[in-house]
Amino acid sequence: MLSRTAENLYWLARYVERAEYLARTIDATLRVTALPAAYIGKTNEWDSALLTAGVAASFYQTYEEANEHNVVDYLSFSVDNPSSIRNCIEAARLNSRSVRTALTSEMWDTINSAWIELQAVWSKGTSTREDLAKFLRFVQETSLRFDGSAYRTMLRNDAYWFSRMGVHLERADNTARILDVKYHVLLPEEEHVGGPLDFYQWSSILRSVSALTAYHWVYRETLKPWLIADLLILNDTLPRSLASCYGNLVRNLDQIGVAYGRQGAAQRHARGIRNRLEHSNMNDIFQHGVHEFIQEFITDNSRLGEIITKQYLI
Amino acid sequence: MAVAFDEMNIPGGDLRPAYQELARWLKETPPEALEYRRQEAELLFRRIGITFAVYGEAESTERLIPFDVIPRIMSGKEWALLEKGLKQRVRALNMFLRDIYHGRDILRAEIVPDDLIFQNPVFRPEMNGQQVPHDVYVHIAGIDIVRVDAEDFIVLEDNARTPSGVSYMLENREIMMRLFPDLFARHRVAPVERYPDELLAALRSVAPQSASGEPTVALLTPGVYNSAYYEHSFLADKLGIELVEGRDLIVKNNEVFMRTTEGLKRVDVIYRRVDDDFLDPLTFRPDSVLGVPGLMSAYAAGNITLANAVGTGIADDKAIYSYMPDIVKFYLGEEPILKNVPTWRCREPKDLAYVLDNLSELVVKEVHGSGGYGMLIGPAATKATIEAFREKLKREPEGFIAQPTLALSTCPTCTASGLAPRHVDLRPFVLTGSKRTTIVPGGLTRVALKEGSLVVNSSQGGGTKDTWILDE
Repeated sequence: MLSRTAENLYWLARYVERAEYLARTIDATLRVTALPAAYIGKTNEWDSALLTAGVAASFYQTYEEANEHNVVDYLSFSVDNPSSIRNCIEAARLNSRSVRTALTSEMWDTINSAWIELQAVWSKGTSTREDLAKFLRFVQETSLRFDGSAYRTMLRNDAYWFSRMGVHLERADNTARILDVKYHVLLPEEEHVGGPLDFYQWSSILRSVSALTAYHWVYRETLKPWLIADLLILNDTLPRSLASCYGNLVRNLDQIGVAYGRQGAAQRHARGIRNRLEHSNMNDIFQHGVHEFIQEFITDNSRLGEIITKQYLI
Repeated sequence: MAVAFDEMNIPGGDLRPAYQELARWLKETPPEALEYRRQEAELLFRRIGITFAVYGEAESTERLIPFDVIPRIMSGKEWALLEKGLKQRVRALNMFLRDIYHGRDILRAEIVPDDLIFQNPVFRPEMNGQQVPHDVYVHIAGIDIVRVDAEDFIVLEDNARTPSGVSYMLENREIMMRLFPDLFARHRVAPVERYPDELLAALRSVAPQSASGEPTVALLTPGVYNSAYYEHSFLADKLGIELVEGRDLIVKNNEVFMRTTEGLKRVDVIYRRVDDDFLDPLTFRPDSVLGVPGLMSAYAAGNITLANAVGTGIADDKAIYSYMPDIVKFYLGEEPILKNVPTWRCREPKDLAYVLDNLSELVVKEVHGSGGYGMLIGPAATKATIEAFREKLKREPEGFIAQPTLALSTCPTCTASGLAPRHVDLRPFVLTGSKRTTIVPGGLTRVALKEGSLVVNSSQGGGTKDTWILDE
């Protein structure tokens, strides 16, 4: 397949995944900020939302204050923010158009309809909370439809694997970014200076990776910060955990390696990260420092993106 | 201007045979039902993403071409004649091109004047003496046909470079079959769906000798911002070939390769939808980023087939057009089956004088123009426009030709005030491979939706119709 086609498929999947993640972040932040101040402390949750989206620096070039109105607008609708939901959908549509021949009609229809709806219904943003909730649901449903139609209709060949790689790489990055911003509320009990306030922080983290219910199923426990970290980092049954993303990345890269009859740096690098996740436990990670661990992961993960690009996409 | 030929109604109240069943069906079908289907069709087009771009319109870069749900119908007999004429014309076009870039018999016989070739910007000296496989230059031709009476088909324009519109022929049919299954059940309509197969077969048949037994074909597009991009992706998909951009291709040792996830892969035939000027920055426009550096040297080495060949513009030039009847006679020794529109060549003083005297009745076209841009339709133009055009014409007479305003035939069409006749033309697509020339029965019917308008170009507010050839 053309390198450019693979590249477009890969980025298309990343943009859709990113849009969904942004929608989840906004949704989780709305919930937590709706609580009385006594429950969440003094942290500015909208500022955290910007940090987890990785756009804080550019945000403050345009805006003074990280409040609901500004942040929702910047993350959802801003034309200036290259990874706003609007721009993600625009970019996904442009990528889809470039690789129409590699997409099934169901996938194309999902992206094209979303793009049409974005222009027809959401071109002016949202004015009420109810509208915003509708918009966020629309974004999440688009992502679900896209994923579902890829899963149900694509041939299982390199086109599918490159697309899945985009999903998992982006997803790993997103989960790692939440951990990076919120690691301080996930430290083990004895080191922790917070208190009951943090319960809402924790549930907000879980919500942004759609893992609140999953947590209870896995641990059958009240929310405990180190278990949350365990779930998001090491538990490979949770689709958004780092371990699960890397299990999938290694599998997709292996499938490509088999189909093409050779392996390369991308396969080796991905396997290295997967092995480290497999052989870690939370104790070691806390010993090592959660923050350091996560930052290393973010660097390694984006390095994998570069290697994949070099090996296949250019 | 004469009264337009009505393709459905015979003056006096009778119907032409091909339209009888349609007329019955229209009588049974309430207008609301038609309107409902029309909206459904529009929704389908939008969802599939069948759009085109109009250059120079910033705010809406993607637009739908209006689709009219009333089919345009021709009898099998009419088609048989048209088909014969089209094959004859395309054969002559190919022989003309072969001659121009090799022996130039036609110039020596003084049938076509030298300067019309050598001073023509679309003439490509790079092609002099260049062999192209099986001497096929125009693999895909789109010949624009109009009717003014029941007997004749008239060629309005030959498109021998990168004719577009065939995706509409195919998609219009798909959508019509979805929306009006009952109407199809009442007719025997010749199918068009084998066009992609015919095209692929034609392209593979002209692969260079150095190609492997299974030649690799790719479609070269300028990219997503091109007005016909949808068609490029549609065709690549239907043909099962890669849709490549210039940056996906690389020339090494005079062979063309595409960059794939598994390394470089040789390409043998390029169905290119990029104009000559942009094909190779080393040979043509150096600022082109759409092309492939070195492509022309691989072409000269005979390692790649370009479809259509480079330099075919010289055959569809509007100034050459007026010589087509002579060109057909010269190469084939046959009378042309398809007629030409009488044409005044403004480069000739006598013709120019006539044109200047009769501007308000003539259509004046730029020799190198296309898409309906830059033309004057005398009867529809204001005095001021005509005067401005007169100055342009005097300054550069060799840049223009003039033709009488034809009363294009009309077909019933949905309008705001119910069904009404609107002017139409037809672009059938003629495919030429190593051994045979084929034409799928049908083509793209374009319709001028505005009452009285004769301009059918999509960039000027024209629409399209499904074209039915009845299989009798």
